[in-house]
Amino acid sequence: MSEQDDNKPKSMTIIVTKGSLDWAYPPFILATTAAAMGVDVTLFFTFYGLPLLKKKLDLQVTTLGNPAMAMPMMGTHMVMPNLIGMLPGVDAMASKMMKNMIAKKGVASIEELRDMAIECDVKMIACQMTMDLFEFDRNDMIDGITLGGAATYMENALKSDINLYI
Amino acid sequence: MADQVLDAKGLNCPLPIIKTKKMLKELPVGNTLEVIATDPGSVADFAAFCRTTGNEMVEQSQDGAVFRFVIRRAA
Repeated sequence: MSEQDDNKPKSMTIIVTKGSLDWAYPPFILATTAAAMGVDVTLFFTFYGLPLLKKKLDLQVTTLGNPAMAMPMMGTHMVMPNLIGMLPGVDAMASKMMKNMIAKKGVASIEELRDMAIECDVKMIACQMTMDLFEFDRNDMIDGITLGGAATYMENALKSDINLYI
Repeated sequence: MADQVLDAKGLNCPLPIIKTKKMLKELPVGNTLEVIATDPGSVADFAAFCRTTGNEMVEQSQDGAVFRFVIRRAA
């Protein structure tokens, strides 16, 4: 059923559903790397992934529901108990720690990765339904994205070699 | 001697690969790019990158914690 043409570039789509600092990494890392390896990439941002397309990002990480989260601390690892995430300021502190580590370890920021993705022609689709549902303003989103729905995603997914949901 | 050098020391995944691709794109076909990296994951990653893209790994070496790759741009 699929006509495999060896000259046709490989393609990949990712449905991006999560917008916290930690969850934002896998789609952008894979998208930029795949693009660097000659793959046509489409990202579909929906639900909590959609704010990753906002012009101004201030991503946070949460310890809640993240029982395996261990932060390096004084030569060992401190596991963040779920319970302390409920205390005010804990998520802000964890986010700050994470951003410090990211900068110190030569890991790109999400902003940088997103710029690179745009630069290497990664196609980004913002879910129109999510825009309406959560009352996002198109003017708050970055340029170069397209608005679309499930059918727009499916058209891309059906002809892609790899389809991921993150 | 490679035609161009990319110092990717201190950079972590996926930056060395992305920056390499960016520089390779600007090189004439057949020219070489030398990449210096400290990310231990880059050894496997550059091999995979070359196999997938068809660019040729001409040389590869390690000096302590520093990795060196010489890649020739394919068409």
